[in-house]
Amino acid sequence: MATFLDRLTRPLIDENPVTLQILGICSALAVTTTLATALTMAAALTVVLCLSGLFISLIRRHIPHSVRLIVQITIIASLVIVIDGLLRAYAFEMSRRLSVFVGLIVTNCLVLGRAESFAMKNPVLPTLADAFGNGLGYSLVLIVVGTLRELLGAGTLLGRPVVATVAEGGWFEPLALMQRAPAAFFILGLLVWAIRALRRSQAEAPDYRLEAAEEER
Amino acid sequence: MSERMGLWRRFLGLPNTDPRKAFGVTFLVALVCALVVSSASVLLKPVQDAHVERERQARLAAMVAALPAMRELMEEAGVDALETRLVVLETGDYETATDPAGFDPVAAAKDPATSIALPPEADPAGLKRIATVAPVHLLERDGRLALVVLPVSGVGYQSLIRAYLALEPDLVTIAALTIVEQGETPGLGARIEEPDWQALWTGRRIAEEAGRILIRVVQTPAKEPYEVDGISGATRTGAGVGNMLAFWLGAHGFGPFLERLKREGS
Repeated sequence: MATFLDRLTRPLIDENPVTLQILGICSALAVTTTLATALTMAAALTVVLCLSGLFISLIRRHIPHSVRLIVQITIIASLVIVIDGLLRAYAFEMSRRLSVFVGLIVTNCLVLGRAESFAMKNPVLPTLADAFGNGLGYSLVLIVVGTLRELLGAGTLLGRPVVATVAEGGWFEPLALMQRAPAAFFILGLLVWAIRALRRSQAEAPDYRLEAAEEER
Repeated sequence: MSERMGLWRRFLGLPNTDPRKAFGVTFLVALVCALVVSSASVLLKPVQDAHVERERQARLAAMVAALPAMRELMEEAGVDALETRLVVLETGDYETATDPAGFDPVAAAKDPATSIALPPEADPAGLKRIATVAPVHLLERDGRLALVVLPVSGVGYQSLIRAYLALEPDLVTIAALTIVEQGETPGLGARIEEPDWQALWTGRRIAEEAGRILIRVVQTPAKEPYEVDGISGATRTGAGVGNMLAFWLGAHGFGPFLERLKREGS
């Protein structure tokens, strides 16, 4: 039970797929302009992660090593197509706003990464815990970035006004930059910095060090 | 039955290094996935289409409402929507036998009985087949035409683009163009959906004085009254929109219909 909880909670901060492994940030940047899109994307990714983990783990003993990536991608892509179709049928407006990014879950390294490194080697239950934990870790980052970007960029949360903007006679001047892609990089960078400052073990050793002689030159 | 089970068990018992197992597993996974994906897409299609259709109608209504003075005109005429009629494309006459409300242009374009194949040289919009009958939306006031809206479609860079083209009563000046459906590259071609770009069309002319259809999208700054600025990085999407209009305004599209309206109007 302890390991089960551990598998579920470790990917939240200690082994967060986005901030520690820097996986899946393409979509994390693209869909976080508002909290609503970030939440939908997070839910879609978590569902794909859990279901793909479930199916891959179920047949893991019969997946030949030589074709494992083909099998994994086939399963992941099918799930993504179905989820995308469901969104287009039952959340039409939202799927328009998410445009291609639900479809791009197929290429999200996070999903393939968990399938390859965990689901292929573990039984169903631990795989589900791991997949759900990673989904939550990804969701957490998306929610933080999405909240900040929507709040600072538009003064709203989930489309409801939180602070009165200048346009509506209030005091808050929305930061247009927050609605653009670079802002997501800034927030993500600050987030990684903050986590690694608090958890020193996550900080990576520098790849290169300048020698004293070179610095003087 | 037991023999088949035995076969299945033997297959699962093959070592994972066996090529037969690799082929078999890949094939089975692909088969199951294909079944799931295709049944999901068949089951969800009606629900998705309903959304697309509602969106299309909403955009048509929004386009008409955005035209200057059109709202007042419609209020005066006592209508809240345009009148829809079916046109036989080849002759340009109205088709009165069919109810426009029950007409499905997409299904009609697929059915060989209600569609014609386009030869490649007469098909700049890349449609391959079109229905012989097409809906038009009209607004008339005191028996005179106030607005004609034509549904058009064509292939862009990577998707089928559908749009509504609204023409002024002179049948040469564009009142508005609204893109209602497209799947072009987000951030590039998909920007044809932006109101700023669609606003460029208002006031453009589809033809020169002699009546030749010239309307097109250009990547250099638009100089002529029948040119519209394209979007940077979306040359082929822009060309697709231009070709689509050229086709639908031409002899295989609404050309005969517009000719007839012009004759009757003068």
